[in-house]
Amino acid sequence: MNTPRLEIIEHYCKGCSICVEFCPTNVLEMDGFLAKVIRPEACIGCMQCELRCPDFAIKVHKD
Amino acid sequence: MAFDYDKYLRPGKLPHIWCPGCGHGIVLKGLLRAIDACELEKNRTAIVSGIGCASRLPGYVDFNTLHTAHGRAAAFATGIKMAQPDMNVLVVGGDGDGVAIGGNHFIHACRRNIDMTYVLMNNFIYGMTGGQFSPCTPTGDKASTTPYGNPDPTFDISKLAIGAGATFVARTTAYHATQIDKLIAEGIRHKGMAIIEVLDDCPTTYGRRNKFRSVVDMMKRFKELAVPVAKAATMSKEELDGKIVTGILHREERPEYCEQYAEVIKRAQNL
Repeated sequence: MNTPRLEIIEHYCKGCSICVEFCPTNVLEMDGFLAKVIRPEACIGCMQCELRCPDFAIKVHKD
Repeated sequence: MAFDYDKYLRPGKLPHIWCPGCGHGIVLKGLLRAIDACELEKNRTAIVSGIGCASRLPGYVDFNTLHTAHGRAAAFATGIKMAQPDMNVLVVGGDGDGVAIGGNHFIHACRRNIDMTYVLMNNFIYGMTGGQFSPCTPTGDKASTTPYGNPDPTFDISKLAIGAGATFVARTTAYHATQIDKLIAEGIRHKGMAIIEVLDDCPTTYGRRNKFRSVVDMMKRFKELAVPVAKAATMSKEELDGKIVTGILHREERPEYCEQYAEVIKRAQNL
């Protein structure tokens, strides 16, 4: 399986850090008030970030 | 595969007005997944709300939507359902709107057992107006109008709904994101009044006054306090003190209001 691709819609992100805290493999980190992908290769596609983001700001593409 | 929320959202409306970390966005996503699972048609679905943060939800979704008077969402929704019994009617709102200002409409909608689904986002506070305490603020907690702690006992919305006669009552939290859509979908499929209480986080006006360092702390507290209904059945009253029982709390079959009313019309026409 290919490593999933994470898309962060920066215009929607409000920097609540829910995605960063719930990611089991520490793919994401806060960069000021924005979530940022720092270890894309570690993503296991669990969808926790997309599921919990209250702002529709993160998408996991598994294609 | 990522769920395509965009097909149910009105273009150009995001980002929404809710604060960073507000659970209403999580509930909105759950609601859309539930609507998708039930394959509700956009033109045959009405989403009704009153006033408040949670009641801003219909503005973002591409259905027939009503943003009505404070606390009166259930009354407007009853009107829609009576006029068009084939319409799928969903009501959304917060605790202040649903069981404080609109407490009367809430209990009577439950009593009538009219076929609609009410998603009540209980964030323990009046968020939009500045964090005044609501009937759902836990005893002892702080709000802008109770800076020394809230002396009032708390409403248990699910118990209130069961007592008032709702035939489907379920409870979950913003932490249990996958359970939200499953319970709402069950509620939509249920014939009769379905109440889904979602305990939600308000980091801005509730969390910061009550020693939650972040929204993640609020989520983790929901995780710690939640007890599934099957496990709760094996626990004593003392063990359940302060816990949140989640899952389907009540389900029964009872005549639905629109059908009963159709009978009344038939009887009247035979005269």
